[in-house]
Amino acid sequence: MSNAALNPAVESPPAAPPVAAQASIAQIFLEFLIIGATSFGGVVPYLRGSLVTKRGWINDKEFVEMLSISQSLPGLNATNMAILVGEKLRGAVGSIAAIIGICLPGAVLMYIVGIFYRIHGDHVWITAALKGVAAAAVGLILSTVVSMSKKSLSGKFDFVFIALTVIAVNRLHLGVPRTLIAVGLLAILFHRPRKQQKESGTQ
Amino acid sequence: MNQIPALIRVFAYLSLLTVGGGMAAFPELKTLTVEVHKWLTFPQLIHLYSVGQMAPGPNMMMIVAIGQWAAGGLLGALIVLIAFFGPTAVLAFIVARGWKKLEKWPWRTSIQEGLAPVSIGLLLAGCFTMAKGAITGVETAAIAVGVLLILLHYKINPALLVLGGAVIGVLSFMPK
Repeated sequence: MSNAALNPAVESPPAAPPVAAQASIAQIFLEFLIIGATSFGGVVPYLRGSLVTKRGWINDKEFVEMLSISQSLPGLNATNMAILVGEKLRGAVGSIAAIIGICLPGAVLMYIVGIFYRIHGDHVWITAALKGVAAAAVGLILSTVVSMSKKSLSGKFDFVFIALTVIAVNRLHLGVPRTLIAVGLLAILFHRPRKQQKESGTQ
Repeated sequence: MNQIPALIRVFAYLSLLTVGGGMAAFPELKTLTVEVHKWLTFPQLIHLYSVGQMAPGPNMMMIVAIGQWAAGGLLGALIVLIAFFGPTAVLAFIVARGWKKLEKWPWRTSIQEGLAPVSIGLLLAGCFTMAKGAITGVETAAIAVGVLLILLHYKINPALLVLGGAVIGVLSFMPK
Protein backbone atom coordinates (compact mmCIF):
# COMPACT_ATOMS: atom_id res chain seq x y z
CA MET A 1 0.00 0.00 0.00
CA SER A 2 2.80 2.40 0.80
CA ASN A 3 5.20 3.31 -1.96
CA ALA A 4 2.51 2.93 -4.60
CA ALA A 5 4.85 3.78 -7.44
CA LEU A 6 2.65 1.86 -9.84
CA ASN A 7 0.01 4.57 -9.73
CA PRO A 8 -0.70 5.36 -13.38
CA ALA A 9 -2.24 8.73 -12.55
CA VAL A 10 1.19 10.18 -11.78
CA GLU A 11 2.79 11.24 -15.00
CA SER A 12 5.89 12.70 -13.35
CA PRO A 13 6.27 15.83 -15.45
CA PRO A 14 9.89 16.94 -15.62
CA ALA A 15 9.03 20.37 -14.20
CA ALA A 16 7.72 18.93 -10.91
CA PRO A 17 9.98 19.66 -7.95
CA PRO A 18 11.80 16.52 -6.80
CA VAL A 19 10.63 16.70 -3.19
CA ALA A 20 6.98 16.33 -4.18
CA ALA A 21 7.58 12.92 -5.70
CA GLN A 22 8.76 11.48 -2.39
CA ALA A 23 5.34 11.40 -0.75
CA SER A 24 3.89 7.91 -0.62
CA ILE A 25 0.16 7.24 -0.42
CA ALA A 26 0.54 6.10 3.18
CA GLN A 27 2.46 9.27 4.09
CA ILE A 28 -0.19 11.45 2.44
CA PHE A 29 -2.98 9.67 4.29
CA LEU A 30 -1.15 9.89 7.61
CA GLU A 31 -0.25 13.56 7.23
CA PHE A 32 -3.83 14.55 6.38
CA LEU A 33 -5.12 12.31 9.18
CA ILE A 34 -2.93 14.23 11.63
CA ILE A 35 -4.19 17.55 10.24
CA GLY A 36 -7.76 16.26 10.47
CA ALA A 37 -7.26 15.28 14.09
CA THR A 38 -5.42 18.35 15.34
CA SER A 39 -6.72 21.33 13.36
CA PHE A 40 -8.90 22.89 16.05
CA GLY A 41 -10.32 26.25 15.11
CA GLY A 42 -9.67 26.27 11.34
CA VAL A 43 -7.80 24.00 8.99
CA VAL A 44 -5.86 26.41 6.75
CA PRO A 45 -3.01 27.39 9.12
CA TYR A 46 -2.49 23.73 10.01
CA LEU A 47 -2.38 22.80 6.31
CA ARG A 48 0.30 25.37 5.67
CA GLY A 49 2.36 24.37 8.70
CA SER A 50 2.22 20.72 7.77
CA LEU A 51 2.46 20.68 3.98
CA VAL A 52 4.73 23.66 3.38
CA THR A 53 6.83 24.02 6.53
CA LYS A 54 7.06 20.49 7.96
CA ARG A 55 6.91 18.28 4.86
CA GLY A 56 7.97 20.62 2.07
CA TRP A 57 5.59 18.86 -0.30
CA ILE A 58 4.50 22.16 -1.81
CA ASN A 59 6.05 25.62 -1.60
CA ASP A 60 4.39 28.73 -0.27
CA LYS A 61 3.49 30.10 -3.68
CA GLU A 62 1.81 26.83 -4.67
CA PHE A 63 -0.03 26.84 -1.35
CA VAL A 64 -1.48 30.32 -1.91
CA GLU A 65 -2.38 29.43 -5.49
CA MET A 66 -4.14 26.22 -4.43
CA LEU A 67 -5.96 28.04 -1.64
CA SER A 68 -7.31 30.64 -4.05
CA ILE A 69 -8.54 27.86 -6.35
CA SER A 70 -10.13 26.11 -3.35
CA GLN A 71 -11.94 29.28 -2.36
CA SER A 72 -13.51 29.91 -5.74
CA LEU A 73 -14.77 26.35 -6.14
CA PRO A 74 -17.77 24.88 -4.37
CA GLY A 75 -16.67 22.68 -1.50
CA LEU A 76 -14.95 23.36 1.79
CA ASN A 77 -11.47 24.87 1.68
CA ALA A 78 -10.13 22.01 3.76
CA THR A 79 -11.40 19.22 1.51
CA ASN A 80 -10.65 21.07 -1.73
CA MET A 81 -7.09 21.62 -0.52
CA ALA A 82 -6.82 17.91 0.29
CA ILE A 83 -7.91 17.05 -3.26
CA LEU A 84 -5.56 19.57 -4.89
CA VAL A 85 -2.51 18.65 -2.82
CA GLY A 86 -3.23 14.92 -3.07
CA GLU A 87 -3.61 15.23 -6.83
CA LYS A 88 -0.33 17.07 -7.16
CA LEU A 89 1.57 14.54 -5.07
CA ARG A 90 0.07 11.24 -6.21
CA GLY A 91 -2.77 11.78 -8.65
CA ALA A 92 -6.27 10.38 -8.04
CA VAL A 93 -5.22 7.92 -5.32
CA GLY A 94 -3.35 10.73 -3.54
CA SER A 95 -6.51 12.86 -3.59
CA ILE A 96 -8.62 10.06 -2.15
CA ALA A 97 -6.06 9.30 0.58
CA ALA A 98 -5.86 12.98 1.52
CA ILE A 99 -9.61 13.66 1.70
CA ILE A 100 -10.35 10.51 3.69
CA GLY A 101 -7.50 11.34 6.05
CA ILE A 102 -8.61 14.89 6.71
CA CYS A 103 -12.29 13.96 7.16
CA LEU A 104 -11.97 10.81 9.24
CA PRO A 105 -11.17 12.16 12.74
CA GLY A 106 -13.82 14.91 12.69
CA ALA A 107 -16.40 12.56 11.20
CA VAL A 108 -15.85 9.92 13.90
CA LEU A 109 -15.96 12.60 16.58
CA MET A 110 -19.20 14.15 15.28
CA TYR A 111 -20.73 10.68 14.91
CA ILE A 112 -20.15 10.10 18.62
CA VAL A 113 -21.31 13.63 19.47
CA GLY A 114 -24.48 12.97 17.44
CA ILE A 115 -25.29 9.85 19.45
CA PHE A 116 -24.53 11.56 22.74
CA TYR A 117 -26.51 14.68 21.81
CA ARG A 118 -29.52 12.64 20.80
CA ILE A 119 -29.63 10.93 24.19
CA HIS A 120 -28.59 13.80 26.46
CA GLY A 121 -29.30 16.89 24.34
CA ASP A 122 -32.21 18.07 26.44
CA HIS A 123 -30.48 18.05 29.82
CA VAL A 124 -30.67 21.53 31.29
CA TRP A 125 -26.95 22.10 31.58
CA ILE A 126 -26.31 20.89 28.03
CA THR A 127 -29.06 23.14 26.67
CA ALA A 128 -27.53 26.04 28.56
CA ALA A 129 -24.02 25.29 27.31
CA LEU A 130 -25.20 24.88 23.72
CA LYS A 131 -26.98 28.23 23.84
CA GLY A 132 -23.61 29.82 24.63
CA VAL A 133 -21.82 27.70 22.03
CA ALA A 134 -24.26 28.69 19.27
CA ALA A 135 -23.94 32.38 20.12
CA ALA A 136 -20.15 32.11 20.10
CA ALA A 137 -20.30 30.33 16.72
CA VAL A 138 -22.24 33.28 15.28
CA GLY A 139 -19.46 35.60 16.46
CA LEU A 140 -16.88 33.28 14.91
CA ILE A 141 -18.64 33.28 11.53
CA LEU A 142 -18.91 37.08 11.61
CA SER A 143 -15.18 37.33 12.24
CA THR A 144 -14.60 35.08 9.22
CA VAL A 145 -16.76 37.44 7.15
CA VAL A 146 -14.64 40.40 8.27
CA SER A 147 -11.28 38.72 7.65
CA MET A 148 -12.38 37.39 4.25
CA SER A 149 -13.58 40.87 3.29
CA LYS A 150 -10.19 42.32 4.21
CA LYS A 151 -8.29 39.66 2.30
CA SER A 152 -10.16 38.78 -0.84
CA LEU A 153 -12.12 41.80 -2.04
CA SER A 154 -10.72 43.68 -5.00
CA GLY A 155 -12.63 46.96 -4.67
CA LYS A 156 -15.14 48.99 -2.67
CA PHE A 157 -17.89 48.16 -5.15
CA ASP A 158 -17.69 44.52 -4.09
CA PHE A 159 -19.68 45.44 -0.97
CA VAL A 160 -22.65 46.00 -3.28
CA PHE A 161 -22.43 42.36 -4.37
CA ILE A 162 -22.17 41.22 -0.74
CA ALA A 163 -25.30 43.24 0.08
CA LEU A 164 -27.16 41.95 -2.98
CA THR A 165 -26.34 38.37 -2.02
CA VAL A 166 -27.55 38.79 1.55
CA ILE A 167 -30.75 40.54 0.44
CA ALA A 168 -31.46 37.87 -2.19
CA VAL A 169 -31.07 35.02 0.31
CA ASN A 170 -32.46 36.47 3.54
CA ARG A 171 -35.05 39.02 2.35
CA LEU A 172 -36.21 37.89 -1.10
CA HIS A 173 -35.77 34.19 -0.23
CA LEU A 174 -34.51 33.44 -3.72
CA GLY A 175 -32.57 30.46 -2.44
CA VAL A 176 -28.82 29.96 -2.57
CA PRO A 177 -28.58 28.48 -6.11
CA ARG A 178 -30.48 31.25 -7.89
CA THR A 179 -28.66 33.89 -5.86
CA LEU A 180 -25.33 32.29 -6.64
CA ILE A 181 -26.04 32.26 -10.36
CA ALA A 182 -27.63 35.71 -10.60
CA VAL A 183 -25.32 37.74 -8.37
CA GLY A 184 -22.34 35.57 -9.30
CA LEU A 185 -22.75 36.26 -13.01
CA LEU A 186 -23.28 39.95 -12.33
CA ALA A 187 -20.12 40.13 -10.22
CA ILE A 188 -18.05 38.14 -12.70
CA LEU A 189 -19.20 40.43 -15.53
CA PHE A 190 -18.35 43.44 -13.39
CA HIS A 191 -14.84 42.04 -12.96
CA ARG A 192 -14.60 41.10 -16.64
CA PRO A 193 -11.18 41.23 -18.26
CA ARG A 194 -10.24 44.80 -19.15
CA LYS A 195 -8.38 45.91 -22.26
CA GLN A 196 -5.14 46.68 -20.47
CA GLN A 197 -4.13 43.21 -19.35
CA LYS A 198 -2.60 43.12 -15.92
CA GLU A 199 0.26 40.64 -15.78
CA SER A 200 0.12 38.07 -12.98
CA GLY A 201 -3.64 37.92 -12.64
CA THR A 202 -3.76 36.47 -9.13
CA GLN A 203 -2.68 39.01 -6.59
CA MET B 1 -39.36 4.86 5.61
CA ASN B 2 -36.14 4.65 3.67
CA GLN B 3 -34.42 8.02 3.88
CA ILE B 4 -31.26 7.06 2.00
CA PRO B 5 -32.27 8.36 -1.47
CA ALA B 6 -33.44 11.64 0.05
CA LEU B 7 -30.19 11.97 2.01
CA ILE B 8 -28.14 11.45 -1.15
CA ARG B 9 -30.19 14.00 -3.12
CA VAL B 10 -30.16 16.64 -0.40
CA PHE B 11 -26.49 16.45 0.47
CA ALA B 12 -25.20 16.12 -3.08
CA TYR B 13 -27.23 19.23 -3.90
CA LEU B 14 -26.01 21.13 -0.83
CA SER B 15 -22.46 20.16 -1.74
CA LEU B 16 -22.56 22.29 -4.88
CA LEU B 17 -23.78 25.35 -2.98
CA THR B 18 -20.82 25.54 -0.61
CA VAL B 19 -19.01 28.27 -2.53
CA GLY B 20 -16.59 29.91 -0.12
CA GLY B 21 -17.38 27.54 2.75
CA GLY B 22 -19.95 25.27 4.34
CA MET B 23 -21.90 28.16 5.84
CA ALA B 24 -22.90 29.33 2.36
CA ALA B 25 -25.23 26.34 2.15
CA PHE B 26 -26.67 26.87 5.62
CA PRO B 27 -29.96 28.56 4.61
CA GLU B 28 -30.64 25.74 2.17
CA LEU B 29 -29.45 23.14 4.69
CA LYS B 30 -32.01 24.49 7.14
CA THR B 31 -34.85 24.50 4.60
CA LEU B 32 -34.19 20.95 3.42
CA THR B 33 -33.28 19.13 6.61
CA VAL B 34 -35.59 20.99 9.01
CA GLU B 35 -38.60 22.13 7.00
CA VAL B 36 -38.83 19.71 4.06
CA HIS B 37 -37.59 16.40 5.47
CA LYS B 38 -37.91 17.11 9.22
CA TRP B 39 -34.81 15.09 10.04
CA LEU B 40 -34.14 17.41 12.95
CA THR B 41 -35.36 20.67 14.49
CA PHE B 42 -33.84 24.10 13.85
CA PRO B 43 -32.39 24.35 17.38
CA GLN B 44 -30.85 20.89 16.94
CA LEU B 45 -29.30 21.96 13.64
CA ILE B 46 -27.83 25.08 15.23
CA HIS B 47 -26.51 23.07 18.16
CA LEU B 48 -24.85 20.46 15.96
CA TYR B 49 -23.33 23.09 13.67
CA SER B 50 -21.99 25.06 16.62
CA VAL B 51 -20.57 22.05 18.42
CA GLY B 52 -18.97 21.12 15.08
CA GLN B 53 -16.97 24.34 15.30
CA MET B 54 -15.04 22.80 18.17
CA ALA B 55 -14.21 19.63 16.26
CA PRO B 56 -10.97 19.44 14.28
CA GLY B 57 -10.95 19.00 10.51
CA PRO B 58 -13.37 20.33 7.87
CA ASN B 59 -16.08 22.27 9.68
CA MET B 60 -19.21 20.62 8.26
CA MET B 61 -18.69 17.23 9.87
CA MET B 62 -21.92 17.73 11.79
CA ILE B 63 -23.72 16.42 8.70
CA VAL B 64 -22.60 12.97 9.87
CA ALA B 65 -24.95 13.30 12.82
CA ILE B 66 -27.87 14.24 10.54
CA GLY B 67 -27.25 11.19 8.35
CA GLN B 68 -26.98 8.98 11.38
CA TRP B 69 -30.29 10.25 12.78
CA ALA B 70 -32.20 10.28 9.53
CA ALA B 71 -31.24 6.83 8.34
CA GLY B 72 -30.33 5.25 11.64
CA GLY B 73 -26.68 4.50 12.05
CA LEU B 74 -23.39 4.23 10.29
CA LEU B 75 -24.76 3.71 6.78
CA GLY B 76 -26.64 7.02 6.87
CA ALA B 77 -23.53 8.80 8.11
CA LEU B 78 -21.35 7.33 5.36
CA ILE B 79 -23.91 8.05 2.66
CA VAL B 80 -24.14 11.68 3.75
CA LEU B 81 -20.35 12.07 3.76
CA ILE B 82 -19.97 10.65 0.27
CA ALA B 83 -22.90 12.64 -1.10
CA PHE B 84 -21.66 15.87 0.46
CA PHE B 85 -17.95 15.60 -0.32
CA GLY B 86 -18.04 13.48 -3.48
CA PRO B 87 -19.33 15.98 -6.07
CA THR B 88 -17.08 18.86 -5.01
CA ALA B 89 -14.12 16.50 -4.69
CA VAL B 90 -14.55 15.35 -8.28
CA LEU B 91 -14.95 18.95 -9.42
CA ALA B 92 -11.84 20.05 -7.54
CA PHE B 93 -9.93 17.13 -9.03
CA ILE B 94 -10.93 18.07 -12.59
CA VAL B 95 -10.08 21.70 -11.97
CA ALA B 96 -6.73 20.72 -10.43
CA ARG B 97 -5.92 19.03 -13.71
CA GLY B 98 -7.10 21.89 -15.92
CA TRP B 99 -6.38 25.03 -13.91
CA LYS B 100 -2.77 25.40 -15.03
CA LYS B 101 -3.91 25.46 -18.64
CA LEU B 102 -6.34 28.23 -17.78
CA GLU B 103 -3.59 30.43 -16.41
CA LYS B 104 -3.60 32.62 -19.50
CA TRP B 105 -7.40 32.72 -19.71
CA PRO B 106 -8.34 36.29 -18.71
CA TRP B 107 -11.74 35.26 -17.31
CA ARG B 108 -10.07 33.12 -14.68
CA THR B 109 -9.22 36.21 -12.66
CA SER B 110 -12.69 37.60 -13.32
CA ILE B 111 -14.29 34.48 -11.90
CA GLN B 112 -12.09 34.59 -8.81
CA GLU B 113 -12.67 38.30 -8.24
CA GLY B 114 -16.38 38.02 -8.94
CA LEU B 115 -17.04 35.02 -6.72
CA ALA B 116 -15.14 36.49 -3.76
CA PRO B 117 -17.85 39.01 -2.74
CA VAL B 118 -20.66 36.56 -3.53
CA SER B 119 -19.13 33.88 -1.32
CA ILE B 120 -18.70 36.43 1.48
CA GLY B 121 -22.35 37.43 0.99
CA LEU B 122 -23.46 33.79 1.18
CA LEU B 123 -21.43 33.30 4.35
CA LEU B 124 -23.07 36.38 5.86
CA ALA B 125 -26.53 35.23 4.76
CA GLY B 126 -25.88 31.83 6.35
CA CYS B 127 -24.75 33.60 9.49
CA PHE B 128 -27.97 35.66 9.65
CA THR B 129 -30.06 32.55 9.14
CA MET B 130 -28.29 30.90 12.02
CA ALA B 131 -28.41 34.05 14.16
CA LYS B 132 -32.23 34.06 13.96
CA GLY B 133 -32.17 30.84 15.95
CA ALA B 134 -29.04 31.36 18.02
CA ILE B 135 -29.34 35.00 19.12
CA THR B 136 -32.36 35.00 21.36
CA GLY B 137 -31.68 37.90 23.68
CA VAL B 138 -29.19 40.39 25.06
CA GLU B 139 -26.99 37.70 26.60
CA THR B 140 -26.50 35.64 23.44
CA ALA B 141 -25.95 38.82 21.41
CA ALA B 142 -23.29 39.88 23.90
CA ILE B 143 -21.51 36.51 23.57
CA ALA B 144 -21.52 36.76 19.75
CA VAL B 145 -20.24 40.34 19.74
CA GLY B 146 -17.66 39.48 22.38
CA VAL B 147 -16.30 36.58 20.34
CA LEU B 148 -16.25 38.74 17.20
CA LEU B 149 -14.32 41.55 18.91
CA ILE B 150 -11.83 39.19 20.55
CA LEU B 151 -11.14 37.42 17.24
CA LEU B 152 -10.68 40.72 15.41
CA HIS B 153 -8.20 42.06 17.94
CA TYR B 154 -6.32 39.06 19.24
CA LYS B 155 -4.74 36.01 17.70
CA ILE B 156 -6.53 33.30 19.61
CA ASN B 157 -7.76 29.86 18.60
CA PRO B 158 -11.48 30.24 17.73
CA ALA B 159 -12.25 26.73 19.02
CA LEU B 160 -11.25 27.92 22.50
CA LEU B 161 -13.70 30.81 22.27
CA VAL B 162 -16.53 28.50 21.23
CA LEU B 163 -15.64 26.35 24.23
CA GLY B 164 -15.67 29.53 26.31
CA GLY B 165 -19.18 30.13 24.98
CA ALA B 166 -20.19 26.79 26.49
CA VAL B 167 -18.86 27.81 29.89
CA ILE B 168 -20.62 31.20 29.76
CA GLY B 169 -23.74 29.39 28.60
CA VAL B 170 -23.75 27.09 31.63
CA LEU B 171 -23.08 30.02 33.96
CA SER B 172 -25.78 32.29 32.56
CA PHE B 173 -28.56 30.11 31.15
CA MET B 174 -28.90 27.42 33.80
CA PRO B 175 -32.34 27.62 35.38
CA LYS B 176 -31.92 28.67 38.99
